[in-house]
Amino acid sequence: MEWKGRDVISVRDFSKEDIEFVLKVAERLEEELKEKGSLDYAKGKILATLFFEPSTRTRLSFESAMHRLGGSVIGFSSASSTSVKKGESLADTIKTVEQYSDVIVIRHSMEGAARLAAEVAEIPVINAGDGSNQHPTQTLLDLYTIKRAFGRIDGLTIGLLGDLKYGRTVHSLAEALAFYDVELYLISPGLLRMPKHIVEELREKGVRIHETTDLEGTIPELDVLYVTRIQRERFPDEQEYLKVKGSYQVNCAVLKNAKESLRIMHPLPRVDEIHPEVDRTEHALYFRQVFSGVPVRMALLGLTLGVLEGV
Amino acid sequence: MAELKVTAIREGTVIDHIPAGKGLKVIEILRLNRPNGGVLLLASNVHSGKLGRKDIVKIEGKFLSEEEVNKIALIAPTATVNIVRDYRVAEKFKVEIPDEITGILRCANPNCVSNHEYTVSKFYVVSREPLKVRCHYCERTMEEEDILGNL
Ligand SMILES: [Zn+2]
Repeated sequence: MEWKGRDVISVRDFSKEDIEFVLKVAERLEEELKEKGSLDYAKGKILATLFFEPSTRTRLSFESAMHRLGGSVIGFSSASSTSVKKGESLADTIKTVEQYSDVIVIRHSMEGAARLAAEVAEIPVINAGDGSNQHPTQTLLDLYTIKRAFGRIDGLTIGLLGDLKYGRTVHSLAEALAFYDVELYLISPGLLRMPKHIVEELREKGVRIHETTDLEGTIPELDVLYVTRIQRERFPDEQEYLKVKGSYQVNCAVLKNAKESLRIMHPLPRVDEIHPEVDRTEHALYFRQVFSGVPVRMALLGLTLGVLEGV
Repeated sequence: MAELKVTAIREGTVIDHIPAGKGLKVIEILRLNRPNGGVLLLASNVHSGKLGRKDIVKIEGKFLSEEEVNKIALIAPTATVNIVRDYRVAEKFKVEIPDEITGILRCANPNCVSNHEYTVSKFYVVSREPLKVRCHYCERTMEEEDILGNL
């Protein structure tokens, strides 16, 4: 697969080989960064971050990745500060911005916006979230975090906890995990179960799946517990939200029967799904997970820019 | 027997084996009911050995484009298209749902970029029976009912 000029829009576009390759490059960049402090593969290259919808963490992660690669960053962090406000089309914004930059990262509230941007732009486009559709770099950094923590993904038993119905993150993570030999526990309130078509698709791909509402009973089985927030804004109905709000809280009491090696992940921000007392335990992997975003995004930026021949 | 009810045409297209009741929809999506079109004939609830009941649409002086044939396939997958020249069937083929559907279907997701920006819509056929397609842009899956409502 030729990476130079490639767009990163959807996990669906990736093969297992693609994923493994990105993870391997990220790992090498992380090692090299530790050794040298900073790198200069992307020296002279400019990243444009087009955040039509604000997402400070994701934007900072991409900016940090580009700076650590030796490149520089331009961009905006809300549509209200751009000519989109004046009615400019997304396509025109993209065609304009690509005159100023070498790679584009886009975040947009509309589903499919990143795909459209990629079709319009000559330069590579990376999707940093399009509505409720895709956020592929999150999935890759989740896989990277697991791989770094355990040295492997195959053979692990992974629990996905929380809002499995509306949670975009867990949908794509589950789909990507289907490439591996894993056992999945889907732990959620009855109202927030993983959509049936995704469960069926995973089963067809040979993933062993257990659906349950019981967190404490499941904990002892798990190598990884991936916690998600129950997001009020995703609920079409406030009553439905109130019924499930605060269904689960991971705290030290819940973790007393966990394997010592259990690692807890969360895409953050959290509200009250994980008690701060867990932060001090060996189980907490979520801040390390945030860090993983940088090498993974460095890998994607460097590969799509075509500047990583030396790695 | 059908010949008694429906006049033969000299030159044009006969769309046969349309599931009963879908004939009008075929006419609608091909926009054949325009005043300046040629002669148009619809036979509905005709007896059929294969389908029980079927609809037939005859269009004088018109040959279908590939895009039009693909549209028919989406709503009437059993249809056959007969091209008539000089009162004889010169060519006959079954419609087929293509792997990709371009430009003829709108996405049912109101938040899909294709409903807000200038794009040529594109869908991938996920399953033919029952019909399911996935939007190239928002990646949502549409099922038969949504597809018929958005042609
Ligand atoms: Zn769509």
